[in-house]
This record gives sequence, structure tokens and C-alpha cells, in this order.
Amino acid sequence: MLALSTLFKHSFSHGIHPDEYKDQTAALPTQRMPFVERYILPLHQHLGAPSKPLVEAGQQVRRGQVIAGPGAFVSTSLHSPVSGRVKAIGQRRFPGGRYEQAIEIEADLYATQRLEVDRPPDWRGLSLDDFVSVMQGTGIVGLGGASLPVHVKYSLRKGVKIKHLIANGAECEPYLTNDHRVMVERPAALLKGIEILHTLLGAEKSIIGIELNKPDAIASLGERIPSGQPFRVAPLRVKYPQGDSKMMIKSLLNIEIPKGLHAADLGIIMNNVSTIVAIADYFDTGMPYIDRMVTVSGPGIEYPANLIVPLGTPVREVLRFCGGLKAETKEVLMGGPMMGTPIASLDAPIIKSSSGILAFTAQQTARPKEVPCIRCGRCVEACPYFLNPSKLARLAKARQFDKIKQANVAECVECGSCTYSCPSGIPIVQLIRGAKSEMRGKRGKA
Amino acid sequence: MQYKDPRLLVQPSPLLKQQMTTHQTMRDLLFALLPVTFAGIWLFGFSALLVILASILGAVATEWLFSPAEQRAARLVDGSGVLTGLLLGLTLPPALPLWMAFLGGVVSVGIGKLIWGGLGQNLFNPALVGRAFLLATFPNAMTTWSTQASGEGFFQWYPSNFALPFMQPHYDAVSTATPLGLMKFEQQSTALPDLVLGNTAGCIGETSGLLLLAGGVFLVLRRDIDWRIPAGVLLSAAIFSGVLYAIDTSHYPDPLFTLFSGGLLLAAFYMATDPVTSPLTPRGAWIFAVGIGLLVVLIRIFGGFPEGVMYAILLMNAATPLIDRYTQPRVFGKE
Ligand code: SF4
Ligand code: SF4
Repeated sequence: MLALSTLFKHSFSHGIHPDEYKDQTAALPTQRMPFVERYILPLHQHLGAPSKPLVEAGQQVRRGQVIAGPGAFVSTSLHSPVSGRVKAIGQRRFPGGRYEQAIEIEADLYATQRLEVDRPPDWRGLSLDDFVSVMQGTGIVGLGGASLPVHVKYSLRKGVKIKHLIANGAECEPYLTNDHRVMVERPAALLKGIEILHTLLGAEKSIIGIELNKPDAIASLGERIPSGQPFRVAPLRVKYPQGDSKMMIKSLLNIEIPKGLHAADLGIIMNNVSTIVAIADYFDTGMPYIDRMVTVSGPGIEYPANLIVPLGTPVREVLRFCGGLKAETKEVLMGGPMMGTPIASLDAPIIKSSSGILAFTAQQTARPKEVPCIRCGRCVEACPYFLNPSKLARLAKARQFDKIKQANVAECVECGSCTYSCPSGIPIVQLIRGAKSEMRGKRGKA
Repeated sequence: MQYKDPRLLVQPSPLLKQQMTTHQTMRDLLFALLPVTFAGIWLFGFSALLVILASILGAVATEWLFSPAEQRAARLVDGSGVLTGLLLGLTLPPALPLWMAFLGGVVSVGIGKLIWGGLGQNLFNPALVGRAFLLATFPNAMTTWSTQASGEGFFQWYPSNFALPFMQPHYDAVSTATPLGLMKFEQQSTALPDLVLGNTAGCIGETSGLLLLAGGVFLVLRRDIDWRIPAGVLLSAAIFSGVLYAIDTSHYPDPLFTLFSGGLLLAAFYMATDPVTSPLTPRGAWIFAVGIGLLVVLIRIFGGFPEGVMYAILLMNAATPLIDRYTQPRVFGKE
């Protein structure tokens, strides 16, 4: 009975239980992807303003050298992932298919590719404000999906006191195992990062939330928590979208962030575990954000893997390293299968938010024929934000944008639970995304 | 502009999908109703089969006639017309003239579904619209119950089945009263085993409580229907009639009789659960279900008819838009 009540406490209402498909890669140790000839670094791979290039075509760059600086406060830096030569600055393909301004670097294949960077400052001497400006120079962004530059999250409004620091290790998207591997392979770095942030924020408690399907991560972190530190590992029910920040806060602290407020307003800061490890790595070696963990998996991949990939590596090269796409591959996604972006061109690069490269065959891409909504209510029971997705879909189809706003479309996090559950095959979240991007009057996520 | 690798699809996420589809749900419903249908045919003989076929034929023909030509094939196999016809057939008395059953099927699909705009748009349960129409138009034929054929009389049919359209059907001495009629007009109860096994007079598909229950549990386990609706209907009906029974045991039926007599089980599992005509949210489903349970007992005991299931559901169908309006889900983070 006790076990049951803890299970219920550590979760949120609604949500879905898709198959996990994590076995393919969950036990594979991380490998390092070798250097390739060509790197493409889009200037706008984070939330906020694009970065401004600081290099010119033809210039030599070192691995780790800053090549673009923040274009505004909500913006961050970009560093060269290789030693080589800037080939051009121009329009290059973004994963979604459109062209974006990017820096192209030709690697010097005979260079040692050793990281030559300045010593990082000692974090113990830093104030939170110092930390914010240091972070903007590292290019680290939130790796959970939204790519908000990390310094923005830590520039708190006056009077805000952080009580809880949460490390998000839920990794609720099926197939992805990169956060899982980070927690298993680098628990010390994660705990170091938590200690740094915890101390800088003056937080009272730090919690690592991990879904129960990663018992090895839960165990290895649990054992290593230094005694006397107010850190703890919290196992969470396996449920999608457990990693959504508001859902995770509900699960861990049983706090429902009121509509319109941010977690920080309630004294809570959350970061993805990989983000925290990146921060720890920076303070350890001075390494800016130039490599990321990518899970390459899915039924269309010959040899699934967890890889450390330098940013800017073309997707084609990553796939080649994993044995190439199987002939029956129909679609390649960047990110998870629920919220990821379809890749239109394999020339597109790995960017800061590329948690996975997943290849799917007709079995996953086939859509059931759409039939009318039968008002079964399954989408309503799936929506973690307690919206009425069937209504949102109907209004989006009818392009009734005033009414859809009243129906709280702004609260929708586009998790896709509704589309997943609809027996009538209605592409609910796709319709909602379409309506949202039309209302913004901008081009969509493509 | 999109520049796309020729071999890649660019189809937005999510790519994962649960397995259940609307068509599959309808197939499951048909499947769950098969044992009940066979039991009805066994109990009431060949006639029952003819009545069911006539009503399915009426429903499917109407669906076919009014579908756009290019969708006809798809609509025939999507099962919704067959399901409506079968559900209607199961709620008809076995000696009903076949032309009436056919007409009932036509009205079910035509007035119950198509004029609202087709699947997903109708306010009332189509099968019950057809039944209400028949009951209002042919009150006599719709309340003449035959004794059972059970086995030996399997190949005998009721002559009234073949009454010509618009002629008075001729009934011979086969008519009897349903358990609910006996209860209402003669205060006479029927033994529970008979009710559970279906050895009583009644509509073709409503008498065999055990099979109805089994099919219903199958649907609940497959998550084809919302478990809250049968649970709410049956619990509230049982509790309400239990309270009345406790007040006066000689006058009112006991709760088990309430549950197993008439069309309550058939309605609770297969008709009230029609998603199109029931509320969208779980909270709404409870209100809807409890409303049906209370109305059924109210009509059966205090109303003019022995049976009230059909009206109870139709009334709550009518209340569904209102229930939906007041049970919209509360947005996360908003009190
Ligand atoms: S409506 Fe939005 S938040 Fe709700 S399930 Fe659908 S995508 Fe998720
Ligand atoms: S899940 Fe699909 S069919 Fe069911 S209510 Fe939602 S939109 Fe309609």
C-alpha cells in the first residue's frame, strides 16, 4: 500500500504509456564520433536572438575557439568544434529543411584536435551574476528540448529565492538513451554540477528525478551522493511526458505551477542532467559547448549507438558512422519520436538540441486513415495540461483563432499525447502546431 | 520552401501511435454482441434472425444510399451501419413484422445519424432513435412479446413476421408478458436464474444477462468502452432501487431484478457507452451514467411504461451538450 501511494505521488495526472524501445541502445557505452571533413554551425540554434559571427571566411580556427558571440542578452555564443579553416558564412540547411545563416568550417584532418582553451574561473569565487555572464560565453543551452541559453534561466528576477534545484533525468521520449548513458557513465560529473549550481543558488534541496526504467542510473547516483549533502534521487513513474518541466515539478514536489507563472517564481529551477554535466565540464576543463550526446536508433538504423558528436557534424556522416540507413527507411527524425523534427535533408548538421537521430520505416510512418472524431474522450484523458484536444483540433481545422485562444491553446506544450491516443487518426497536435504558427504569423517549426 | 532529400518523408511527429482505431472498436463491439445475438436466435428461433437481418438491412441500405459514391465501399465496411442495425434488431420483439424492423433500420441511420451530418455528429443514439420511432408508430406490435421457442421450435416462425406493410399483423396465442410487465402490472417477480440465463420473454437481445455481462466485460478490458458508464449506470440503478426495496419489499423490485430485467444491461454496456452521444470528459461520463441509472428506475417504477431504459438514455443524450459545457477539463495550473 505504501509502495502504491509513493508511486502515485511521484507522478502527474493523465499522460500516456507508449512502448519505450530503449533496449536497443540503453546498455551501449558511449562512443566518440571521429572527426569529419566539414562542419556546419547555424547561428540560430537556441531560443532568442541569433549569434553574431566573430570570424571571417578563410580564417584559421582552433577547436574550442569562439566563432560567434551573443546577439542580445537572450542569445549565446558558438564555438568551433574542430581545428580547421572557416570555409564560408552563408545559407546552409537547417534540420527542418529551410536555409539558415551558418558558419561552415573545413576541418584540418591532420590537426591533433586538442582542446586549447583558457582555464575556467574557480566557481567557488563566483557570485550568481558572475556565473550568468560566464555561462553566456560557454554556449551552453538547456538540452531538454527548448534550447534556452542556460544563463537566461539563472538571471533571476530581484527577490526570487530558489529553494529547489531539479536535475531532470526523466528522458521520457521513447528510443532516446543519451541522458541515461550520461547518468550511468558520468555520475560524478553530474553530482559535481549539482553541487556547483546548488551552492551558487543557495538552494535548500536538490533532486534528481529519474524514471524507474533506469534502475542502473538511480543506483549509481544514489550511491555516490556525498553524505551530508541535501541531494536526493527521486524515482519517477514511467509515463510520457514525465520530463516536461511542469509535469516533473508536479511529480516531485506536488506543486502545480499556476498558469502564466514560471518555475522560478515558485523558487524552483530545473535543468536537464546533460546540461548540468556540461556546466560541470566547463568548470573542470574550460570546455565550451562543442560536443553533444546523440542517440542514433530506430528500426531504420543498422548499428544503433550512443555517440558523442561534435556540433555541426552533418547528419549524413553520423548515419554513415552507424552503418548507414537501411533501405526501407522512410523518415529520419531529429529528437524523440513524440516531439522531434523531421529531417528534410541529410546535409543538415547536428545542433545543440539534437538529442537523437532516429530512423523509421513504413511501420511507424504509416498514418491510419483519418475518420471523424467520435468524441471518445481519449485525447482529453491523455492531455497532461488538462486541455480539450478534440476541441482544439476542431477549432484549428475551422481556423477559429479567437476561440482557440480562449480554449487555452497557449498552454499546450505540443507533447503529442493527444495524437498518440486518438483512435480516429486525427493529427491533433499537428493541427494545433499549425494554428499556433499561423497565429504567430511566422513560419512554423517545419 | 522545403528542400527535401528525395528518399525522405517529412512528416511531423509524433510518429508513435497506440494501436486502437475507431474501426477496430466497432469490430470489437460487433464481436462482443455475437454471443448475445446467437443466444437471442436460439431462444426465440429463426424469427429473431430474420428480424435482426431486416433491421441491419434497413440500416446498411440507408447508409449506402446516402453516402457519396466514392465513399460507399469504405462506409459499408466501417461497420457503423451494421452496428446500428444490429443494436436496433436486438432491442426489437422477435415477432415484429419484418417490414417494421426494416423501417426501423432506415430511421435509425437516416434520422438518427445521417441528417445530423454522419458519424460523430449525432446527438441521440441512432439505434434508440429507430426504436423510439417504432414504439411511437406501432405501439401494439412493439409491445407484443412472444413466448420462447428454445430449441424445439427453432424452425417455426411467428406468422406476424410476415405481415404485409401497413396491414394489422395477426398474433396467435403466443403472446405473454415480460418480467418487467409482470412486475409492473401484477407485482410478480421472476426468478433470478431465469433472468440471468435469459429464459424470459423480452426483446431479442436483452434477455440473457450473463452473455451481456461477459461481452461488456470484454469491451471494458479492451478499453473499447469507457468503464465509468456501465459502472455508473448499474451502480446508481442498483442503489436507487435498493433504497426503494428497503423501504417496501413487497412493492418494489429488488436491486438484482432491476439489473437483470429488461434492457438495462444491453443499454448500459452497448448503448449508453456510444462515445458520440455521451459526454467527453470522465467527470461528464459519471454524471451521464448516474443520470441514466436514476431515470431508468424512476420511469420503471413511477412511470406509465414498464421499461424506461430507452427514454433514460435518450434524455441523457439530450443533456450531453449541457454536461459537456459544465465539465470541460480544468486547465493545468488554473484553479
Ligand atoms: S493538447 Fe497539447 S499538451 Fe495536450 S496532449 Fe495534445 S499536444 Fe499535449
Ligand atoms: S481521441 Fe480523437 S476521436 Fe477521441 S475525442 Fe479525441 S479527437 Fe475525438
